[in-house]
Amino acid sequence: MADLSVNMCGIDSPNPFWLASAPPTNTGDQIARAFDAGWGGAVWKTLGEPIENVYSRYSSIDVNGQKIVGLNNIELITDRSLEMNLIEIEEVKRRYPDHAVVVSLMVESNADAWDEIIKQVEQAGADGIELNFGCPHGMSERGMGAAVGQVPDYTCDITGWAKASATVPVLVKLTPNITDIRMAARAAKNGGADGVSLINTINSITGVDLDNFVPRPVVGDKSSHGGYCGPAVKPIALNMVASIAADPFTEGLPISGIGGIATWQDVAEYILLGSTTIQVCTAVMHYGYRIVEDMAEGLSNYLDSKGMASVNELRGLSVAKVTDWQDLDINYVVKADIDQDKCIHCGLCYVACQDGAHQAIGAERSEDDKTNVWIIEDACVGCNLCSLVCPVQGCITMEEREFGQTHMTWNEYTSDASPGDLYPRPKHGVTIGGD
Amino acid sequence: MSTKLGFAPLPTMTADEALSEAHRCLMCWDAPCTRACPTSIDVPGFIKRIAHDDLVGSARTILDANILGASCARVCPTEVLCAGACVLNELHERPIDIGRLQAFATDDVVFGDLGLFRSVESTGRSVGIVGAGPAGLACGAELARMGHDVVMYDANEKPGGLNTYGVANYKMDQQTAIREVSFVESLGVEIRSGTAVGADVSLDDLFKNHDAVFLGVGLGAVPALGLDGEDLNGVEDALEFIAALRSASVDLTGQHVAVIGGGNTAIDSVTQAALLGADRVYLVYRRGRDEMKAYPHDIERALTNGVDFIHWSAPKRIEGDGSVSALVCDRTEYGSDGKLQTTEGSEYAIPVSMVLRATGQEKRRSFLEQIDGVAVDASGRVTVDDQFRTGNDRIWAGGDCVNGGKEVVNAVAHGKAAAIDIDRVLQSSPRGK
Repeated sequence: MADLSVNMCGIDSPNPFWLASAPPTNTGDQIARAFDAGWGGAVWKTLGEPIENVYSRYSSIDVNGQKIVGLNNIELITDRSLEMNLIEIEEVKRRYPDHAVVVSLMVESNADAWDEIIKQVEQAGADGIELNFGCPHGMSERGMGAAVGQVPDYTCDITGWAKASATVPVLVKLTPNITDIRMAARAAKNGGADGVSLINTINSITGVDLDNFVPRPVVGDKSSHGGYCGPAVKPIALNMVASIAADPFTEGLPISGIGGIATWQDVAEYILLGSTTIQVCTAVMHYGYRIVEDMAEGLSNYLDSKGMASVNELRGLSVAKVTDWQDLDINYVVKADIDQDKCIHCGLCYVACQDGAHQAIGAERSEDDKTNVWIIEDACVGCNLCSLVCPVQGCITMEEREFGQTHMTWNEYTSDASPGDLYPRPKHGVTIGGD
Repeated sequence: MSTKLGFAPLPTMTADEALSEAHRCLMCWDAPCTRACPTSIDVPGFIKRIAHDDLVGSARTILDANILGASCARVCPTEVLCAGACVLNELHERPIDIGRLQAFATDDVVFGDLGLFRSVESTGRSVGIVGAGPAGLACGAELARMGHDVVMYDANEKPGGLNTYGVANYKMDQQTAIREVSFVESLGVEIRSGTAVGADVSLDDLFKNHDAVFLGVGLGAVPALGLDGEDLNGVEDALEFIAALRSASVDLTGQHVAVIGGGNTAIDSVTQAALLGADRVYLVYRRGRDEMKAYPHDIERALTNGVDFIHWSAPKRIEGDGSVSALVCDRTEYGSDGKLQTTEGSEYAIPVSMVLRATGQEKRRSFLEQIDGVAVDASGRVTVDDQFRTGNDRIWAGGDCVNGGKEVVNAVAHGKAAAIDIDRVLQSSPRGK
């Protein structure tokens, strides 16, 4: 049984599983129940100036019957009084001294306001604070949230104010609604941040009510863009986490990874790409706190299978495996291989390759009237598409081909001192509507 | 009507059920389900339209291919057609429930009043259709949609043929069949029920009044077996037994029923009898299980309803005093010459109170032979070419009278193909009869 405990920029946590600042961390009662379920930490739903929310706050997209592949929300920060929240923070810390309680904060952009609220939450016993520079709706229109996160200078300045006031570690939560996330992370680091949390939600409209033409979520006769999260955003978040982890300007800056995490595999991927803790919201909104049981057991089993005694051994192992395209080996060759014994003759690989890729799969009806498919090796560019659409596990695999070809990057290939020849590529587009 | 469990057809899917089932469809390329359908319904196409909340589009996809899509959804042996071909079977998953999805998609259109198919301008040409069963209805519906005047003649009191009279109630009730006929009528088809061609309307008038004629006359009754005692009370044609149940249920509690035969009518009859409460139900068949023409899924349903299968037995006579008391059989076996023979001294009696014949329907040879140019083969089936033309260039034929008795969906395929050819001929031929 691997050790799952971590230390996130000075904050000890019994495991890397934190709840993100969001509806699941709205009250002390919720967080206590989450800790009982197995969560190691929680980022308290953002405290700040009093606000009021609208009714009708969430909308989602479903894909082929899978509910909430993506979730959108227009809820603001907490609508409960600061006083009540502080009492509950104190109570939660009293009952769960070993768990990580980080409090998310968002106030107007002046140093005194930040100083005042930071002192209050520290007084209540917070283990750390997270600066909400990411909220993309409502608060940003009032000059807070993403309005700060989208301007690196503001991020740096306000992080500096917070650090000047705080005695506990300060995390900066970054908005993805920005061209290059590394600039925001560098600004946070320059401001003295102890770590960064990312991603916050992505600006989104999930869809339109086709009866009354109002986008969802429908608030009377209007809607507003919201913040998008859930499984659909994971790839975007992973890329942002990886780019910060690999950025020499922010090297070693602890990362709390957020975005579409629902399973232990998701957790492992975030950690491999440089995260120390991870934060979850949507999956809990969908299934409840209990999902952490699978995460903990799955991650532990995985670490055991890799012979790792601690989750810390996993951290960052994939960071160096992300590189620029021009540094990839263009002579690495894979070809698709179909296990005919497993094929169920659905023909999906054929039509995908024929219409959507490189016309490298043949198909014909067999004598017993099934769709038989085969790889046309010479035409196959090894793009993976057929293996992605195949509904049968392990039926289409990508097999490496060794021809004694030279390892060669694009940069090497185009340099004067090219180390070898380009392995021949399949050619396409010879005939139009051909036979 | 009986409310016995299992007697009513499966309920229509709810929207949630249909949606979750529709999402399971893989949307195969050159889909095997479509290939397995005699009417080539674009199954993934109509299923995806359900998934995407376009029920009108879904219904149109089905009905353009098969105008009797609503009844086929219920009576098709999907286990050996579309669902049997579903690739999920190979993935060791439950195949898509295509039949019930099809019913879900078509019911609002066929049984509602959406007016999905609008009538087109009349061509002024007229087609007479003999027999308002599935083949005739499919032919007539297609022709009406092409603008031809269509008059259908049917000898029975109600139109619909086997859909109305010959389908087991647990597959589709009669009202559903009749309502589907009304849908076909709404396309502009005129149906004259209780009108037998050759009796109520002469053949001469038929050909005088129409530019073309389609014969969808189906098959006749199950002929007597020629057994002693066959005239006793309680001995019946299985098809008449099923037909009677279409309008009034009976309680078979206390009855011991033997059904003779191994095909679809036999299997429908035994299951029906069991569902109606008969104490004992026997299926008596000359040969073994593997040689039965009934479908495996229907055999399984009969078995789970408590039917006893008596194989290798040939009925010899029926005993009783006024009413049936026993069916006497000989055991059978294959002789050294490979022919089925009865076994000497093997006679035994099955005590029963009802005997139903399900040993194959008669062909309508005598009717068909009155029509100039219409040829029947040695087994009484109408001879047609690929376009369902008979030897008479104004007469087409399809359905059971051509194939000797298959599924509703086969009859629909014939009727539609014939309609397309009739239209082609009428459009290219000069007016005047």
